[in-house]
Parts: sequence; structure tokens; C-alpha cells
Amino acid sequence: MALLAELTHRCPLQCPYCSNPVELARVADELGTDDWRRVLDQAAALGVLQVHFSGGEPTARPDLVELVAHAEAAGLYSNLITSGVLLTDELVAALAEAGLAHVQLSVQGADATTADRVAGHRDGHAKKLAAAARVTAAELPLTLNAVVHRQNLDQLGGLIELAVELGASRLEVAHVQYYGWGLRNRAALMPTLAQIDAATATVEAARDRLKGRLVIDYVIPDYYARRPKACMNGWGRQFLNVSPTGQVLPCHAAESIAGLDFDSVRDHDLAWIWQHSDAFERFRGTAWMPEPCQSCDRAEIDWGGCRCQAFALAGDASLTDPACEKSPLHGQIFETAKAEANAPAPDFTYRNYKNA
Amino acid sequence: MSLAVTVTEASTVRLARGCRLRFDEARQQWLILAPERVFMPDEVSAAAVRRCVEEGVTVADVIDGFVVDYDAPRETIAVDVLAMLQDLADKGVLVV
Repeated sequence: MALLAELTHRCPLQCPYCSNPVELARVADELGTDDWRRVLDQAAALGVLQVHFSGGEPTARPDLVELVAHAEAAGLYSNLITSGVLLTDELVAALAEAGLAHVQLSVQGADATTADRVAGHRDGHAKKLAAAARVTAAELPLTLNAVVHRQNLDQLGGLIELAVELGASRLEVAHVQYYGWGLRNRAALMPTLAQIDAATATVEAARDRLKGRLVIDYVIPDYYARRPKACMNGWGRQFLNVSPTGQVLPCHAAESIAGLDFDSVRDHDLAWIWQHSDAFERFRGTAWMPEPCQSCDRAEIDWGGCRCQAFALAGDASLTDPACEKSPLHGQIFETAKAEANAPAPDFTYRNYKNA
Repeated sequence: MSLAVTVTEASTVRLARGCRLRFDEARQQWLILAPERVFMPDEVSAAAVRRCVEEGVTVADVIDGFVVDYDAPRETIAVDVLAMLQDLADKGVLVV
């Protein structure tokens, strides 16, 4: 069981597919250090094994080292999900000393020109390369995370080489998820089917070549898939997310679903929320499922797919995820993806407070 | 940079960076916590991994110990133990 601790929505980068909600939380509304300490203790008591410190950019929080130390003391395996642009030698050393187990560093492309344009951040890529060197010098294990889309998918081979060069043991290649910011920018990001096929072949060849050196995580994107992803391995089964303001979410995008009631760690214990919060109860298990999910032999394999995607594309979070070929909307989203991917890419709407 | 590894009886294996072995009181079982992943080795696998990483003995020593503990043919145990450790090495959890 894992906790995603989104410490802040502040971030120096402006990636147009950011998984944060379109309505970004302000710093004045963020949880305090004591709140987070309490959340970490409650998470450990609930059976959480891993905590992912994320954001926004978690290193924008001055209490990050303190929170990592608290997680370590509570017996949690802590992972830092970072853009890397704010990392210094001192901070990396302090985090390692505090017990940080792992660092996941994002890159937006294989070369600086592409990467800095996608991130909307000048010199960001160079800072990330320096950050990777700092992490490995501190003997912390490194995963490189690359969100891929039509504007950088052709660089996948270069991203794999970059991961090897930087001494990463894992590379996560994640397609953009189209809710929130990603949905706003879908036409600028949706890859073509030919790009997907080439990427799959690249990954398969690299996995074979780099077995034992680099683990590559890669999943076919939803719009081109036949079966939906087992989102969060099932709603309210293994994952909870605490937002910067303390809202407890079954997935990081759940606030995009209108009509769900979330509870806050300011009002309730995490265990109570896990068991009783409306947002968790609504889509937990299989009883909520409509047909064709209800009688589907994959009901407990893919758990009905993604609720956020059902809401975004079908207008109702309790319907079958249109990524599933059994959804009546499946053909339509496939055609939408193809049409958008083959049209000229519009400009990005960057993720920032001005556009929020 | 780690390199592809082959686990042999002469190997001493240890946990890769970022991987931690711990007993989970809530679940009453040994876990290997790795980046983004949790492995729940069965009782025998957990015992083998613990002997390797906590006692620093060779894989051959672990196999010899199991021959006594489980009263089974050495050949059978060797195949199972090597396959299990190789699998964890291929997943990046163990290094030699």
C-alpha cells in the first residue's frame, strides 16, 4: 500500500500535462509540518509501506528533510518524485542522511531544446543532468521518469540512452494521462499510432539489450489500448493521495470528478477516511459497476479502468472507461486520438497559476 | 552502473541500492521494498534472501543449509534457489 504525499502545487516547471488539478492550491492553504508528521504516522499505522513525496515540486518545501526523517522513523520506504531543478549538493546529502530510499527524477526530452520547451523552463534540462549526478554521487538509487507524447516520443531511444548514461537503474516511460492539464493540451500531445508502434518496438529491443542493467516500465496509452489500465490497481485498494491542502484522494486526479465528496486530514484520521470517506466508498470493489463491467471476467483484473477518464470522456465517472473496447465510446475516442494526432499541434497551454 | 548479473553457487548476493528487506508486523511476513514495487517472497525465498544479505554467505552455503533444514535432494534445492535469486537479480533487487 502506498501514499502519494503531494506537499505543494508550487513548481518551477510548467509541463502542459501536469497531473495536478487545473485549480492549483495556494501556499497559504498548504498543510503544515505537524499535519504531515501526523499523516505519515497514521499512514504507517494503516499499513502503508511506501511514501512518495511529490507535488508540485516537493523540494520547494523547506521541511522536506524533516518529513523524510519522520517517514524513516515510522518505518516507511520514502521516494522523492522531483523535477530536480532545485536540488543542491547540501539538500541531497541531507535527504540521504535522513533516510531517503530512492529518487525519481523527471526529464521532458532527450535534448535540452525539446525538454526545456516542453517544461517551459529555461536551462531546466541542464539542471536535471546535474541533479542526476548529485543523486548517484550520494549513492541514492535513481529512476528516470519520462512522460512521453507526440512531441518527444520519437526521442525514446535517446531517453533510454540518457537513463543509462546518468546511472539510473529504472526508466519509467509514462504516456500522458488526459485529464486536467493533459486534457486541455490533448491535441498538442496525442501521439500517432505509428509513433506508438515504433516506441513499443524500441522498448522491447532495449529491454532485451539492457536486461539486468536498466528496468524499463512502459504501458500502451489508453486511447490506443483495447483494455483499460487497472487504474490504481483498483479504486481504494492500495493507494491514497493526500493533496497539499489535506484532501485525501483515491487517485491524484480524482478532484477532476465533479460530485465526489472528499475528506480532509484536518478533520479525520487517515484510517477513518480510508474506510468511510464517500470518495473511497463510491467506486471501491465491483458492486458499483455498470454493464458491461459487472459481468465481465476482467472486473477484478482491470477494476473497470479509470474513473477520471470515464468522467472526462463519457461525462459520468460510474460508466465503463472508454479505453475499454467494450465501451460504446471506444471507437469514437480512437478516432478522436487519430484525428488529433494527425492534425498540426496547437501551442501548449502551460501549467501555471496564470492559466489555472 | 550495474551490469547484468548471473547468480551462481559461488556468488554472494546483496540487496541493490534502494531495496530494503524488512519484516512487516501488520502482515506478519518479510517484504522487499523496492522503488515503486513491493515483493512478498514466500517463507523459503525470504529465508534464502535473508541468509544471503544478512549473513553474507555464498549461495552454495545457503543451499547446503537448506538441504539440512528441508531434508530434500541438493540438486532440487539448488535449482530452485538459483532460479529464485536469479529472478530477483533480473528484477534489479539483488546484485552480486
